[in-house]
Amino acid sequence: MSGTSSYQPQNAFLKWFERRLPVLGLVHSSFIAYPTPRNLNYWWTFGGILSFMLGVQIVTGVVLVMHYTPHVDFAFNSVEYLMRDVNYGWLLRYLHANGAAMFFLAVYVHIFRGMYYGSYKAPREVLWILGVIIYLLMMATGFMGYVLPWGQMSYWAATVITNLFSAIPLVGEPIVSWLWGGYSVGNPTLQRFFSLHYLLPFVIAGVVVLHVWALHVVGQNNPTGVEPQSDKDTVPFTPYATAKDAFFMAMFCIVYAWFVFYIPNYLGHPDNYIPANPGVTPSHIVPEWYYLPFYAILRSIPNKLLGVVALFSSILLLAFLPWLDTSRVRSATYRPLYKQFFWIFVVVCIGLGWLGSKPAEGGYVWASRILTAWYFIHLLVVLPLLGLIETPRPLPTSISEAVLKKRKAGVAALVLGIGIGLAGLLGSPMPASAAEEAEKPPTLKWSFAGPFGTFDRAQLQRGFKVYREVCQNCHSLKLLSFRNLGEPGGPGFTPAQVEAIASEYKVKDGPNDQGEMFERPARPADHFPPPFENDAQARQVNGGALPPDMSVLAKARGYERGFPNFVFDVFTQYQELGVDYIVAILKGYEDPPKDFALPPGTQYNKMFPGHAIGMRKPLVDKQVDYTDGTPQTVDQYAKDVAAFMMWAAEPHLEARKRIGFQVLIYLIIFSGLLYFTKKKVWHEIEKPREIAHGQDPRATSL
Amino acid sequence: MSSAEPTRRDFLYIATGAMGAIGAAATLVPLITQMNPDASTIAAGAPIEVDLAPIAEGQVIKVFWRGKPIFISHRTKKEIDEARAVPVNSLPDPQPDEARVKPGHDQWLVVIGICTHLGCIPLAHQGDYDGWFCPCHGSQYDSSGRIRKGPAPANLPLPPYAFISDSKIQIG
Repeated sequence: MSGTSSYQPQNAFLKWFERRLPVLGLVHSSFIAYPTPRNLNYWWTFGGILSFMLGVQIVTGVVLVMHYTPHVDFAFNSVEYLMRDVNYGWLLRYLHANGAAMFFLAVYVHIFRGMYYGSYKAPREVLWILGVIIYLLMMATGFMGYVLPWGQMSYWAATVITNLFSAIPLVGEPIVSWLWGGYSVGNPTLQRFFSLHYLLPFVIAGVVVLHVWALHVVGQNNPTGVEPQSDKDTVPFTPYATAKDAFFMAMFCIVYAWFVFYIPNYLGHPDNYIPANPGVTPSHIVPEWYYLPFYAILRSIPNKLLGVVALFSSILLLAFLPWLDTSRVRSATYRPLYKQFFWIFVVVCIGLGWLGSKPAEGGYVWASRILTAWYFIHLLVVLPLLGLIETPRPLPTSISEAVLKKRKAGVAALVLGIGIGLAGLLGSPMPASAAEEAEKPPTLKWSFAGPFGTFDRAQLQRGFKVYREVCQNCHSLKLLSFRNLGEPGGPGFTPAQVEAIASEYKVKDGPNDQGEMFERPARPADHFPPPFENDAQARQVNGGALPPDMSVLAKARGYERGFPNFVFDVFTQYQELGVDYIVAILKGYEDPPKDFALPPGTQYNKMFPGHAIGMRKPLVDKQVDYTDGTPQTVDQYAKDVAAFMMWAAEPHLEARKRIGFQVLIYLIIFSGLLYFTKKKVWHEIEKPREIAHGQDPRATSL
Repeated sequence: MSSAEPTRRDFLYIATGAMGAIGAAATLVPLITQMNPDASTIAAGAPIEVDLAPIAEGQVIKVFWRGKPIFISHRTKKEIDEARAVPVNSLPDPQPDEARVKPGHDQWLVVIGICTHLGCIPLAHQGDYDGWFCPCHGSQYDSSGRIRKGPAPANLPLPPYAFISDSKIQIG
């Protein structure tokens, strides 16, 4: 993309083709011969990683659409059936959901790298602004994608974000109702978000082409910020940058795979496994982690319009960085003062992210205000002033001079950077749907925890027995079919047992030839019939409280882990919040304290948020007969039924962990190979003199 | 040593390339198999039972199994005789009528009601052979569901089925 190419194909057909459409020359000059500064460090690999993630999101997204139904009545269930019935559906959805998080992680590293090395300065202003546009498009796309599963968080994210526009004076309300296509967020909203969510990634891809084009016109910046002056300062894109990018991309995929296969719901919210309910807002709503800093800025300002203005200007200001930063030196390496302010700014952004995940009350609000103020002061005051008062360190005359001088720092900086990046990622909110004032559920041992976890078949069968004899009187299990009981990775009933279990249930079928509905014994392909005709009847029978469906309940419940546990959870793969909470609830019934006013029709439960739970104490000792000698206690019943619910919510858990291990082993070996390949490729560049003299004994080793 | 060096380097590059190719191929597996019928579709394709008692002689009914129309024809004596009178060798897709029904249940013809030409649904009791006529491209089937005239290359296929009792069949 940088002018005429010197590429000359040898093959006669290619020569003929190239004269008519010089696309090979374009590829050659852009991705093979293109000169890149020889001193680029690993921070520069994130551009390639971002292109890769865009590709992953588009490919998995196109596949997901084949199974998704954009309708308020079907969206939630179509996502669940995708996870349960479609071949590798769970993998594709987790790749897409966690892929969005990885995409944003990479874009934040990419943006901060640009800020640190002053990559936005002349002549790269247009390149930078195109990047800001891509980032805005990513935010819009990510938001609309989050709405599609139509869970509680989806619905309320759609409501809150679209309401931002109601802050606009005069035309705010009409705009919001135009966005909704109705008087509230509803089916028209979902359908248009789906359409745009499919469209925008291709718009992003288009702007990425412009971004890369602009990059190849002005050339890459580099850690010194000094423009390349001769061929000595650059190396061809292929194989040098390609090898380096490929190696680091594989490393990045290891992190990605860790999330997808071992902690796929860590970055999500349990509330989003509850179907959207326009009548109930979750007690603590927060956006996905990558929007948190901006959410904190929004909430820190006690005026609706000004909050929205602050939110949008905090992003739009980035587009003006090339003019806000008055220094003529690009790289922070040679700007002692700016370097410090840069790291303060990074910490402020991460701090805002953390505050965004906290409830908007007390000290959190004041901390948000201080950090928000600093965010703007940094961009509007510090950056312009620094350029005027700072004395930069002397710049190297050329890249090669700088390279010969120092050969260290890079790795240390990278490790530090990854640490900070991870910390930013981990600054994500943990689910807060449960008990903030109640004591925390004890962490139990589960057979399905950890990287090699598998379900205990006997436990699942016992849990199913408890469900059948106790829970099923009030709780439905709508997303499960009888056949699931016999599928691999589940309770392991034989086909005959599954038939027998199914035939004990009656399901409604019809109409028959007389036009009448009739009841017949269930077959394995049928879903578990719900205990009540409809929600209204369920409420009526249960004193006004609706017993939730148990199909995904184990993923729809959780509790606040708190710092630093939520950081450790990434490494220990703690994903059992839901089952720990369920067991704690089932065992948490107590006599209310004397001063506790228990509302009529509720029971006291020490683990339930607010303590007044609608469900009567469901389990007592010896209630369900176990034939295998397992203790018949409430404690055991609770664990068994919770394990059953975990399987019901995540039927492919075993396959996920098994495949995850294989993928990780593969990625580690592949990264190793890519590392040595990269080393070999760069050998001549990094050790030029020894090669020339042919005396370096290391030259013959791998 | 100078000749060994490129060999080892080549080996490294080839190993890395091969590993990448394996990864790319493995990635294609979920992307391709996700388009195969999913578990619920397979489960819904389980056998169905059809009660034959209400079907009058001369009547053809249509039931659905795995999304395909199944014709169940309660044939009259005339229809059976016509189907058996034709010399088998004169047919485009030679097959005796006896091979298309279950022994002892000669009056019941059960076929998949999809024209073997291009997938349209033929109309019952139409055409020149007391059988089916496909409105799309004019193929004609006889009272045994065999192709007699028109562009279709083969007889209407038989679904897997069995008689559970004299008046009940299980398809699938």
